[in-house]
Amino acid sequence: MNARVEYVLRFGDNALVLAQRLCAWVAHAPIMEEDVALANVSLDLFGQARLWLAYAGELEGAGRDEDALAFHRGAGEFRNVLLVERPNGDFAETTVRGYFYDLWASLALAELSRSKDERIAAIAEKARKENAYHLRRSEDWMIRLGDGTEESRSRMQRAVNDFWRYTGELFLGDEVDATMREQGVGFDPTALREPWLERVRATFAAATLDVSSDVWMQRGGKQGVHTESLGYLLAEMQVLPRTISGAAW
Amino acid sequence: MTKGWPQWEVFVRSEAGLAHKHVGSLHAADVRMALENARDLYTRRNEGVSIWVVRSEDVHATDPDEAEAFFEPSEDKRYRFPTSYHVPEGVEHL
Repeated sequence: MNARVEYVLRFGDNALVLAQRLCAWVAHAPIMEEDVALANVSLDLFGQARLWLAYAGELEGAGRDEDALAFHRGAGEFRNVLLVERPNGDFAETTVRGYFYDLWASLALAELSRSKDERIAAIAEKARKENAYHLRRSEDWMIRLGDGTEESRSRMQRAVNDFWRYTGELFLGDEVDATMREQGVGFDPTALREPWLERVRATFAAATLDVSSDVWMQRGGKQGVHTESLGYLLAEMQVLPRTISGAAW
Repeated sequence: MTKGWPQWEVFVRSEAGLAHKHVGSLHAADVRMALENARDLYTRRNEGVSIWVVRSEDVHATDPDEAEAFFEPSEDKRYRFPTSYHVPEGVEHL
């Protein structure tokens, strides 16, 4: 597959899968205000996913639009990082997963907004503003719940320990990354690691949380090797358009 | 979870130059969360350019039982409305 299609799919699938995860909180969030807030983040991400996937479809030139890419690909064809497909768990887990992603996305989108591919730069620029707010919220919750009660702190630390193993992949480059970087379209993911860690350390200090270390970093999502939970997520997300072909509102 | 979280009144300015208008209320632990929740609850559809939040307990209201004393005396004082003011003849730039 064309490297640029592959590259754009990765960003689109990250947004799509996390959006689908977050919308499962609707009517289940701990408070009504948070319910709406999580739905807002989810809708922002669905909007970003549409832009990325529509562009990926155009680049591919095989007649697939964003719906075809979202609803008619199997798990092995998804290119999202493993982090975003991990189940919601409790509110602490959703918060930690969101914070890790939002912080990475803020750095990645800043890089992409300088892409030589104008379409990528434009999508990234739009997504950046939304992401800045997502990060503000998730960082606030990291600190509130980390530096909160004994229970909230222990749940947050447990979530950090669970999710840390999925953060390594965010900073791993492969051939697609290298090609996109050479063309001035993409960036070097390894270069984001230090600024990401620096901010994580500052947030964790305020949140009285400990950074995990010495864990095996999981990888494979970007290349289509996923955890079991992505299959269930897709089954739920895709059942309608796959059952009723051409279903519309 | 909202137990103990104070209630806040939300005011949104729809565009520069207009006054902030009361739009509703919410629960939040502090000012920062109140502003974020207000943003997420009340400006989802491009309603505002500025938000105020005020602790509900800091809003003081008139007592409905005292409505007569407060508001009725102004009802029969039509001379306070500019409609009863007649512009003298020959005045142009008013």
